[in-house]
Formats: sequence, structure tokens, C-alpha cells
Amino acid sequence: MNIIVCAKQVIDVSEMKVDSSTKKPILQGVPQKISDIDKNAMEEAIKIKEKHGGKITVVTIGPTDAKERIKELLAMGADEGVLVTPPEKFDYFVVSNLLVSAIKKIGEYDIILCGEASIDMFSGQAGPRLAGLLGIPQITYAQNLVVDKDKVTADRNMGDTAVTTESSFPVLITVTKEINEPRLPSLMQILGAANKPINEMTADSLKSGLNPKVEMLELKGVSMERKNIVYKDDIDESVSKLVDSLAKEGVLR
Amino acid sequence: MVLVYSDDKKITFELLNKGNELAKELGEKLTAIIIGKPDDTLSKEYISYGADNVFVAETDIYQFKAEEYSIYLENIIKETGSETIIIGSNKNGKELASRLAGRLDVGCIIDCTNIYLKEKKLTTERVVYSGNAIAVEQFNSKPAIVTVPSKVFDPLPKDDKRKGEITKKKFDVEKSASKILKVQEMKSEGVNVEDAEIIVSCGRGFKKKEDIKMVQELANAIKGKTVGCSRPIAADLKWLSEDHWIGLSGHKVKPKLYIAAGISGQIQHIAGMRDSGIIVAINKDPEALIFKSADYGIVGDLYEVLPKLTSAVKDKIG
Repeated sequence: MNIIVCAKQVIDVSEMKVDSSTKKPILQGVPQKISDIDKNAMEEAIKIKEKHGGKITVVTIGPTDAKERIKELLAMGADEGVLVTPPEKFDYFVVSNLLVSAIKKIGEYDIILCGEASIDMFSGQAGPRLAGLLGIPQITYAQNLVVDKDKVTADRNMGDTAVTTESSFPVLITVTKEINEPRLPSLMQILGAANKPINEMTADSLKSGLNPKVEMLELKGVSMERKNIVYKDDIDESVSKLVDSLAKEGVLR
Repeated sequence: MVLVYSDDKKITFELLNKGNELAKELGEKLTAIIIGKPDDTLSKEYISYGADNVFVAETDIYQFKAEEYSIYLENIIKETGSETIIIGSNKNGKELASRLAGRLDVGCIIDCTNIYLKEKKLTTERVVYSGNAIAVEQFNSKPAIVTVPSKVFDPLPKDDKRKGEITKKKFDVEKSASKILKVQEMKSEGVNVEDAEIIVSCGRGFKKKEDIKMVQELANAIKGKTVGCSRPIAADLKWLSEDHWIGLSGHKVKPKLYIAAGISGQIQHIAGMRDSGIIVAINKDPEALIFKSADYGIVGDLYEVLPKLTSAVKDKIG
């Protein structure tokens, strides 16, 4: 079974700081990582390979330093990596078209796995958009997958309803965080990953002249100013101070 | 033409208000879309909430599949020559909009919290980086697809005197290779955290399911009655149904008072409750992130704090 995992390198949002004077987020110098839910997609791919055999290819659209992140996924169990460096300006239109070109180069596939959304933007656009562009079925928000030789069955969390969907191959599946617990690679696996191939490509070599349809005009900060009054002494005293404060705020009636 | 679609009619009502405003500014008409069996009552309702026209794509498909619904929308967009498509941002709506954008190979922005025209171009705002920033984005091409979550816009007052045209049409749509085997209502306790004015929430600090009743007792004492929770309680431990879940992938809430007990304050949870009026945190770890997002906090064991707080609140407000 040939499986493709789409993984995105994102900044670690929990490490992000906001400039106190401009209130704008500071993106430089924030540690990078593979978006959490994409690791769940990777784990699921490994489980499928363990059952049915085959090959796992990871595709990332990102800067050259994303190579280090791809190595983490190779250590987890991917066989091969593909890193496409995007043009200077890109949006979901550009990224999904680059993914399609990269996937065509990879060749035959049965399943494409993605996280339900990346933890930085949390759109959830890339997966279904890619499925639409490829013209293949899509199964979104999968919480459980049962993969047979010629079909996959997924339990999906659709908010008000739980939907069970079945599809033949090829199919694109997006998974949620609940689907599994991504494994931590062993030291041997980390060392072994150094020998696995990462194919680097530029956007132009895949599909030239891609211009975004959506442009970011500005990234505005959000002020999150809170009083931060913390009572930490005697519990009885803390409770009584808190109740007084809440009463003064007018939220107790 | 400006198109509005959601399979949730409450969201459609809200989107029709914004759609109406944009259509006027663009000098275009506003069309609400129904995919399914012709429903004249619903069509008239859409008109009374601001639609100039209603376009019904007649089908006997009764189950939502983004693969098939995106083809209906594509047909309607081509038929009406529409360039602005506004879709309700529930889970179905997001995957539908994204797939449609892929099929048409056009721009798409998910979860907009504002839409306006700037230099005649459709411009949107949306919350990114777990609520730490707002991205202002602009379409430089058409058609443009956006999705908008519920409760971002208010509906227009209903006006039964409004007139509009209803068009019905059948399209040949290629069936998807996927099959829906089962649809089950999610276990729900009928809680609506999004409308609640006071919420008391619980997180991993609780040792067992039974202990959550302490949260309910406090909620009752404050006359809030609504209990929320962080991801682990609903999604992993399943101690509460998902309608209680507050966070980035759960519900986004803005009560007047939000009390977080035993919640560490992961950024994903904060993203769901940061618009609350007053935020109170109870946690035994003085370093817990939640205190940074709180107005008031108590450092202490929730098993000791909660009962005392409940009785102190009862003493205060009776």
C-alpha cells in the first residue's frame, strides 16, 4: 500500500510572544515543529503500513530548514521525504497546486493522510482542497480508521453527529488528534533516519508561475490584558477575597 | 451575484445579513442556496431574512457528502455567474468550501470573523495562531470563497413582506466513490455553552468522573448552571459529552464569567474562552499557564477550593 502523508512545519504557538508596544506577534526566533495533528496522520500511516506493508512518503511544502523536521518523521517510520520550497508569496492555492505536482512525481498512491488542520492557522483547508484538486474522495475528521485491502472505513466526528464513511482507494483522509498517540522514535531509529532519502525540489521546477489568489495584508496583534490577581495564601482567605472581587465586578447575582 | 449557503439555516440567516450588505455595495443580488428537496417554507424564510433570490438545487440525496455538494455549488456558481460565495463554517461547510476551492482552483479563506470591501476587493479577518493574532487577508482574484462561523453576524430582523424569486433546477452530479454507512446523533446533554452567561469548566486536575459534580454545584450556586470542560475531559476521557468542550476544536464561548478549575491553560483551550468577560482560574500549580489568562486566580487544590467557594458564593448571594 502506498501512503502519502502531508506534513507542515509550523511555529510552536505556545512559545510565541507578543511585542508589548505594537501588540504584534513576534514570529522570528520562535522554535519550529511539525504541526501536532500531522504527527497523528504520520502515526496512522505507520499503523497501516504495519498491517498491509508498502511505502510511506512524507511531503512538506516549506523552507529548507524543514528538512530537519522531515527527519523526525523519517525516524518515526516514513520511508522517504519530499521537501518543496515554495515561492516567496504563497497561499492555499499555491500550496495545494505544489502538493498535486509533488504527488504526481511520487507516483501511484492509495491513501493520502493529513491532519484535520495545522495548529498555527487552523483552517483545515489544505486536505479537502487537495482532494478536490485531485478529484478523489475525501474523508475528513477521522477518529478511527479500519483499513482493508481495497477499502477504508472511518468513524468521523462531525460535531452534532458521528458519521461512518467508507471509501475505495485512492482517498484523502484527514485525522483528528484523538485517533492515536504518535510514537516517539528510538535512538536507533533517529540514527537510521539519516540514511533515508529526502528529495528536495523548488516550486518553479514543479509548476512555475503560481501566484497566490489571497494576500495577507497585515497580521494584527490581539491584546489579552487580564488583571492577573492571584490569591495564593490561606484557602479560606483566598476564597473570601475572590468572592468579594467577583461581587464587585457585578458577576455574582 | 453573491451566494450564501449553509446546511444550518440559523447560520444562513446570519450570513444573509452580511451578504445583503456586500451585495448592495457591489451592486449585485443576493442569492440563498438550498441543496435538497424543494422547501418553499424555507425559501420564503430566506427571502424574509434578506435574500433577493433563492436557488434550489433539487436532489434526492439526503446525506451530506462534500464531493457531491461541491459539484452542486460549482454548477450554481457557473449558472448564476457568481463571484462571492459565503458558506457557513460548521464542519460540513469547511470541508465543502475547501473542496470547492480546489475544484475551481480559486482563493478561499476559512473561519472569517469579518468581511468587507477594501478598494473594491473582498477583504477578511480571521483569528490565527491560537487566538494570538488576526490575519487581515484580501482576494486578488475571483470567484472568492469564504466561510463564516455561527454567531459572527446577527441576522436581519425578519420581514415577511420582502419579495424574492425562487428558482429550482436539477443537475446531473457524479456520485462519489465514498459511502456513508452510518450517521448517529452525538451523545449530547443538550448543553449550549455558546449561549451561556456563566460557565464553570473542568480539566485534567479532576481525578475521577464523579468529582465533576463539584463543578456543577458551583455552577448552580452562581446560577450559571453551565458546565464546560477542556479537551481531555470530552475527547479523551469522555467524562462529559462534546457539547461541553471549550477550545480551538471545541466550542468558542464568551460568557460574562468563566471559571476554569483544574485546567492548565493550554493555548488551544485559551483560544476557546479568551473573549470571556471575567476569567477566574483555580489550579494547584502556581506556574500554570491559565493564571496568565485570568483576572482572578486561586492557587490551591481544587478539591479543597471548590466546596469552599461554592458555600461562600451561597452565603453571598443566598
